[in-house]
Amino acid sequence: MTLDTVKHAAETPDTDQPWAELGLKQDEYARIREILGRRPTGAELAMYSVMWSEHCSYKSSKVHLKQFGEKAPETDALLVGIGENAGVVDVGQGYAVTFKVESHNHPSYIEPYQGAATGVGGIVRDILAMGARPVAVMDPLRFGAADHPDTKRVLPGVVAGIGGYGNCLGLPNIGGEVVFDPCYQGNPLVNALCVGVMKHEDIHLAKASGAGNKVILYGARTGGDGIGGVSVLASETFDSTGPAKRPAVQVGDPFQEKLLIECTLEIFRENLVDGIQDLGGAGLSCATSELASAGSGGMRVELDTVPLRDSSLSPEEILMSESQERMCAIVEPGKVDRFLEICEKWDVIATVIGEVTEGSQLEIFWHGEQIVDVPPRSVAHEGPTYHRPYARPDWQDALQADDAAKLARPANAEELRAQVLRLVASPNQASKAWITDQYDRFVQGNTVLAQPEDSGMVRIDENTGLGVAVATDGNGRYAKLDPYAGAQLALAEAYRNVAASGAKPLAVSDCLNFGSPEDPAVMWQFAEATRGLADACQTLGTPVTGGNVSLYNQTGEVAIHPTPVVAVLGVIDDVTRRTPVAFADEGHLIYLLGDTREELGGSAWSQVVHDHLGGLPPKVDLAREQLLAEILISASRDGMIDAAHDLSDGGLIQALVESCLRGGKGARLVVPDGLDPFVLLFSESAGRAIVAVPRSEELRFTDMCGARGLPATRIGVVDGSDIDVQGQFSVALDELREAHEGTIPGLIA
Amino acid sequence: MTARIGVVTFPGTLDDRDTQRAVRVAGAEAVPLWHRDKDLKQVDAVVLPGGFSYGDYLRAGAISRFSPVMEPVIEQAKAGMPVLGICNGFQVLTESHLLPGAMLRNNHLHFICRDQKLRVENADTSWTTDYETGQEISVPLKNIDGRYVADERVLDMLEAEGRVAFRYLDGNPNGSLRDIAGITNEAGNVVGLMPHPEHAVEPLVGTGRTDGLGFFTSILKKLVNA
Repeated sequence: MTLDTVKHAAETPDTDQPWAELGLKQDEYARIREILGRRPTGAELAMYSVMWSEHCSYKSSKVHLKQFGEKAPETDALLVGIGENAGVVDVGQGYAVTFKVESHNHPSYIEPYQGAATGVGGIVRDILAMGARPVAVMDPLRFGAADHPDTKRVLPGVVAGIGGYGNCLGLPNIGGEVVFDPCYQGNPLVNALCVGVMKHEDIHLAKASGAGNKVILYGARTGGDGIGGVSVLASETFDSTGPAKRPAVQVGDPFQEKLLIECTLEIFRENLVDGIQDLGGAGLSCATSELASAGSGGMRVELDTVPLRDSSLSPEEILMSESQERMCAIVEPGKVDRFLEICEKWDVIATVIGEVTEGSQLEIFWHGEQIVDVPPRSVAHEGPTYHRPYARPDWQDALQADDAAKLARPANAEELRAQVLRLVASPNQASKAWITDQYDRFVQGNTVLAQPEDSGMVRIDENTGLGVAVATDGNGRYAKLDPYAGAQLALAEAYRNVAASGAKPLAVSDCLNFGSPEDPAVMWQFAEATRGLADACQTLGTPVTGGNVSLYNQTGEVAIHPTPVVAVLGVIDDVTRRTPVAFADEGHLIYLLGDTREELGGSAWSQVVHDHLGGLPPKVDLAREQLLAEILISASRDGMIDAAHDLSDGGLIQALVESCLRGGKGARLVVPDGLDPFVLLFSESAGRAIVAVPRSEELRFTDMCGARGLPATRIGVVDGSDIDVQGQFSVALDELREAHEGTIPGLIA
Repeated sequence: MTARIGVVTFPGTLDDRDTQRAVRVAGAEAVPLWHRDKDLKQVDAVVLPGGFSYGDYLRAGAISRFSPVMEPVIEQAKAGMPVLGICNGFQVLTESHLLPGAMLRNNHLHFICRDQKLRVENADTSWTTDYETGQEISVPLKNIDGRYVADERVLDMLEAEGRVAFRYLDGNPNGSLRDIAGITNEAGNVVGLMPHPEHAVEPLVGTGRTDGLGFFTSILKKLVNA
C-alpha cells in the first residue's frame, strides 16, 4: 500500500475515504476538507475522527457545559479551571490540590477487568500531568440489578480491575459508591476519581511553547490496543447484534504506570519540563494536537521514531492507539539529557519524537514523508458544535404524578421493623465491604477516613495536619424524576458528606452519565441537569473545576437514568478534628439536624418495598445545606460532636444503622412529637444529618444551632446493643449486621 | 546516636515512604536504599517494604531477589544484620531463601484489605522485643498472594523451634497453613510477615491503632543498646 502523504492527498482529491467507519458524519468530513483545502490524508482523517468524537470534542454537550464557566462563583481558591487535564484548587499552606472524576463506562462493559483498570490508569495520569503526586482514588460504580446474571460477570471483573490496577500503584482507595438498578443493565457506569497534591509552584500545563524545544514521548511502547476507543466505543450506542468490540479496549500495566508516576515526579522536582500531557483517549492524536494547540507555535513529529510493540502498525494506527502508560513532555534542548537519564533510572523508555516549531501547523512525518499538515486548533479545540434538539419527554408528567405518597405503608410496628431489615439488607443499602475490602485503603500512610465513612479524607501535611476530603454522590432515580433537582441533590449530598466529616467544601468535579444525545428526551435531561448543577454550584460557591461527559449510555432505545455523579473536594486545617460516622460512646446524645418532611419520591423505601419510581424527589434547599455544613464544620472544629452522618438514600434509619454498626453500639430512639414513625425513619428529606453529642457539649451545641436557626431535635441516645425505637420495635445489632453485611457476598461472591 | 535503618525501594515498591515514616516515628533514622545500589550505606538494619516489586511478574518477589541491593542484604543478614520483610518484602525473603516456605494466591482468590488481629508468638526476635509473647495486636493486612505454605516437615520445624513469629487470629484471611502470618530465621534477626505494621504507627491514620510501632521501637532499642 502506498503511503498517503499530504502531497498524494492533494493529487488525488476523489479517493474514497472511510470517514463513516471512523465515526464521522458526512458534514464533518466536508468540514475537514474545507479546513484543509483538500481531502485529508489517512493519518489526518484518523486524527480528526478521534478528536472530533463525542468523547473528546464534547460536541453535543459543550453548549450546555459553558454554564459551568458563565455561572462560576467568585472564589480565590481556583488556581486552574476547566479545560486543562484537571482543575487545581488552593487549599492553603502553599498546597494545591487537583482532582477529577472521569468515566470508563463502555470499555468496562465489554471487558470489565481491563476497562475498569485502565479507567483508573487514565485518571491518575491526568492528575499526574498537572504536576501533582496522586494521593488517593475513589470509584463511583453503577451496575444492573444485583441478581442479574450479567452483573455477576461485570461487577467482580470491574472490582478486580480497579483493585488490580490501583493497589499496584500504591494509591489508597478511599471512597466511592456502588449502586444497582436495572437501568444500568448493559450500561454499567464505571467512574473513576483521582486526587493529587502539589505545591503551587509545581503546577504544570499542557502546552507546547518555545521553538526548538523537544517533544519527548515516554512510558510504554505503543501497541495495537484501544484503537478508536473514544470514537468506536465511547461515542456510539451499543448494538447487541454488532461484532465484538473488544479490540477497542485498552490493556493496562500498572507496574509500568507506577514507574511512570515516580519517574515523572522526579522530572518535575528537577524542573525539566515546559509542558506535559498524558496520553489517554485518542492517544498521540490528542496529545500532540492539544499541546500544539494550547502552545505558541507549531510542532513537527517524526512518527516513525515512536517505539512500538508491534512493528506492523500503520501511521494511522499509531496516531489512534490508546495504549496505556504513556506521557508526552515538552523539554528545552539543554534539559533533554537529564530528562532521559531519569527515565533510564526508572527503566522507562523515552524518545525524542519531534520538536516545537516556529510555524503554526502540526506536521507529522513518516520516514521523511509528510503525512499530516493541519492547524492544531482545528483538531483539538475547534471541533464541531451541535445544538441538539431537546424536549421534555411526554412521559415526565405522568411519572411525576405517580406519587410515592400513595404507596402502602407498614400497618403496624411489626411490619415497620420488617421493612427496616429489608431496607438495610437491600443491595443498594447493604454494606459494600466485600467490594471495598478488595482495595488498599491504607497505602501511603495518610488515610484518615475511608469508606464507609461519609467522605474519604487524607492528610497532606504531616506537620500541620492539613488534609483534604472528597465525596462522590449521584442518584439516578432522583434525576429521572427531575433532572434539574436530581443534579442539585447529588451536589448537595456530596457537599453535605464533606462537611459531615468536618471539612469545608471548596470545589466540584462531575461525571455526567447520560443516554444518547440524539434522543431529544435525553438531551433535555442533560440540559436540565447541567443547568441545575451550574445554578447550585453558583449558590453554594463551589466552582466546577472539570470533569467528564459520558453519553450514549443506552442499549437500543432504552437509556440509563440520567446520572450526574458529583464529586466535592473539601479542606480541613487539622485532620485530628475530623468527624467519623461511628457512634462509639454510650451516653452520647443523638440529634437530628434539619427538617423532616414526608418525602418518599425516588426513595430507597419505595424501591425496596414497592419497586416503585414516581413522584418528585426531595425538595432542594441550598441555603439550608450551607447552614447545615457550617454547623457541622464548626461543631467538628470546636469539639462539640463526636460523630456525624449525613442522611440521604434510606433516610434516618439507614444512617442510624450504619453509625451504630460502625461504632458497635446501639441506640434508643424517641419519635419526636408530631412526626409519624414511618416518615421519621424512611423519608429522604435533604439538608439533614444526625450527630452524636457528648452530654457535656449539649448546651453549647444546641445554643449554636438555635442562634443560627438550624432545627436540632434530640431524638435519642447511644446505648446498649439494640436499636430500639420507643413504642415501636427493637432490633439487635447482630441481626442488623447479618442483614446488612450478608447481602453482597451472597449475591456476588 | 540513633540507629540507621535502610528502606529498600525496588521498582514497584509502594510502602517505602510509609516505612520510612514509621522508622522516623519510632525515633530512628530512615535511609533510602535503591535497588540498583550494592552499597548499604552503613545501615544497621534493613526493611524490605511492601508493594508489587517488578509488578509481581513471574512470581511475587522472584525478580527483586536478584536486584543488586539484595547481594549485600543477603550476605549481611546471614552475618546477623536485622532484616524485616513486610508483605512483598516477606515474599522477597522467601525467594532469597533467608526464610523458608512460599506465598501462594489467597485461597479465596481476591485481594483483601482489612484490620487483622495477630498473636505475637515470639517476642525474642530482633523486631519483636517490645511485645510480649502471646500479646494480641491488630495491624492492617492487604495482599492477594498472602497464603503461606511450606511442607509439613518445615512447618513442624518452625513450630518446634519457636520460629512462628505471628499467627492470624479471628479468622485466617488467606488460607495460610497453621494460621502463620510471619516467621523468623533461626537467629531471630530476619523476620518476615504479610501484615503491615508500618501502617499502624500513628493514632490518626490507617486503622487508628499504633500496634505496629513495636517493630520499629524493638529494633531501635536493640541497635542503640548494642
